[in-house]
Amino acid sequence: MNRAPFLYFGVLATVVASFLGLVQIPELVLRDLEPVVGEDGVARPVRPEGNVAAGRAEYVSLGCIYCHSQQVRPPGYGADIERGWGSRRTVARDHVHDQPPLLGTMRTGPDLANIGVRQPSENWHLLHLYEPTLTSPRSLMPPHRFLFDLRAVELERPADALDFPPEYSLAADMAVVPTARARALVAYLKSLDASFPVPEAP
Amino acid sequence: MSSSDKAAVGTSQAPAEDLVWRADVDRSCRVPVGFFFASAVFWLLVGTLLAVLAAKKMHTPEFLANWEFLTFGRIRPAHLNTTIFGWASMAGVGVLLWLEARLCRVRLPLGGLLVAGCTLWNVAVAGGTYEILAGRGTSVEWLEFPYFWSFFFAGVFGVVMVASIMMFSARRVSHIYVSQWYLFGSVLWFPFLYLMANTLIHPGALGGVVQAVANWWFAHNVLGLWFTPVGLATVYYLLPKLLGVPIHSYHLSILGFWTLALFYNWAGTHHLIGGPIPAWLVTVGIVGSMMMFIPVGTVAINHHMTMRGHFHRLLDSPTLRFTVFGAMSYTAVSVQGSLTSLRMVNEVGHFTHYTVAHAHLGVYAFFTMVMFGAIYYIAPRLFHREWASARFISLHFWTVAVGIALYWVGLTLGGWRQGLMMNDPDIPFLDTMAFTVPYLWSRTLAGVLMAVGHVVFAVLVWRMVFGPGGLRTGPTLLRPRVAAGGEGVDA
Repeated sequence: MNRAPFLYFGVLATVVASFLGLVQIPELVLRDLEPVVGEDGVARPVRPEGNVAAGRAEYVSLGCIYCHSQQVRPPGYGADIERGWGSRRTVARDHVHDQPPLLGTMRTGPDLANIGVRQPSENWHLLHLYEPTLTSPRSLMPPHRFLFDLRAVELERPADALDFPPEYSLAADMAVVPTARARALVAYLKSLDASFPVPEAP
Repeated sequence: MSSSDKAAVGTSQAPAEDLVWRADVDRSCRVPVGFFFASAVFWLLVGTLLAVLAAKKMHTPEFLANWEFLTFGRIRPAHLNTTIFGWASMAGVGVLLWLEARLCRVRLPLGGLLVAGCTLWNVAVAGGTYEILAGRGTSVEWLEFPYFWSFFFAGVFGVVMVASIMMFSARRVSHIYVSQWYLFGSVLWFPFLYLMANTLIHPGALGGVVQAVANWWFAHNVLGLWFTPVGLATVYYLLPKLLGVPIHSYHLSILGFWTLALFYNWAGTHHLIGGPIPAWLVTVGIVGSMMMFIPVGTVAINHHMTMRGHFHRLLDSPTLRFTVFGAMSYTAVSVQGSLTSLRMVNEVGHFTHYTVAHAHLGVYAFFTMVMFGAIYYIAPRLFHREWASARFISLHFWTVAVGIALYWVGLTLGGWRQGLMMNDPDIPFLDTMAFTVPYLWSRTLAGVLMAVGHVVFAVLVWRMVFGPGGLRTGPTLLRPRVAAGGEGVDA
């Protein structure tokens, strides 16, 4: 094999072929996907805006993707639906607004594709971010206390202070207040919903 | 194998004129290749520190938990990018440049530009890693450095590509040895992959899940079309060099190269099995992965048959020991990878530590070990010095070999069981998490062992580059030579 032009051509042809097959053709097939408009007139998935978009940026910045997936595998493949992580498998349409999609490849923690439906309580999310073992005993998730301010209570407790369970000992004159970043992240998590009906996955 | 193959590689009994041109080629490589090696080792240490911190955080979440920039979700991608773009790629570029110069029998061109490029590459790895820790990572796996830094890497790789093509065009050997096919492939493949992925993913030129597909097309091919060809080129060069025998079969070499070029590219979508993408895309990835049995089998047979009758040399030659460990791991990781792409296996292994173990079998047990072997071989030729201590080399080998073995066994067993538990809806999810803790500890222990090996290696490289003074001329062997072979400075 001593012909350089043959080598040049072969090397480039093989990689260009896979680029066309695995990137360009899927783009052609999937680029016209649109959200579905439900009976209530709302197009889903909803494009993340405002606080939800800011929370998505926090999710990216903090690297949540390295322990949490956002994809529900189909019935009969794994136990995602039996675990209650979703009512249907997720499909390409669920990600039409995602730049980039945060599908994830690791489940050190549970899947979050429907966390907004599964866990609608704001205080639960804030407690869980502050100290994961408060809501999920033995959890290996790192605490995100840096997303909260610890404040001394002077006259009255701040209205947005976290409500801790009784067994959690925090000095009586202290309060934990979420920062805007924590609120945005929770707004994003609460927005995650892939349970609306889509034609391709009943 | 043709007789010219043997001439291209050379044997241990080299005539005087060969010694002259080799010394000339090595002199032209000394500063650029030495700079790439030294930088690579620096990033190996940084990446290892990040790895050990991340490993400990996984089972002890309170560890350093109040420092946002050290949160797991940041040091984990920082570890990946410093080891991939810092250690592995810089070691790979250094080895690639030296191998090409030697195989083409020409002096390394563009020395000044390559040194400047290596500086820029270091700046880019440092800058990108800082940005990940500061919270500006992209969460696109294997492309976490913000967009800005991709111009640095693309520019420097452009210089590497031009230097390679210049050497190839000016080659003074008519026969193109098998290592050169792989090097030539990698030097054209990687820039294409990197440019396409950065152009399309970061600015969001692709919609929704297609970005994820392009992401895994890229990330899988960094291993398949960059690290693998550089690693295999190195093994194909070093085995016959060290043993003084030709590669077993020229025809198997050809089959192995072209089937790798044809099939590896298509395997990436096996990272998305069960995901929200069209089923045919996943199936294509599985077919590509299964077809990889052909190149992997041919390479394994070719290397094994070359080694046959020479395994006793593993006792004395440091380079051979690391290289053969790497070559055997290539077979192991590839077979495991093909099998893992099957839907029934992936159903369990996906989303667990099993996959993490698999990734380290590829990047570490295969590629990193081959790079260690290559640096042990090349650096004495660049610096006209011998390695300071055979005991240190031996310590390096055993700490990293035992470390990566423990790493793989622990996480593979723990990860597989984790997957089985995850697929049983009667087991609470938190139980599956608690189950993994002892295995996560085994990973931390393995990481500490490998870290010790890396520090030992760094001390050896430091003394090689900056030297204690007196030059030694004989090769540093792990024990007295048991058979003749070409490990000396003059080989």
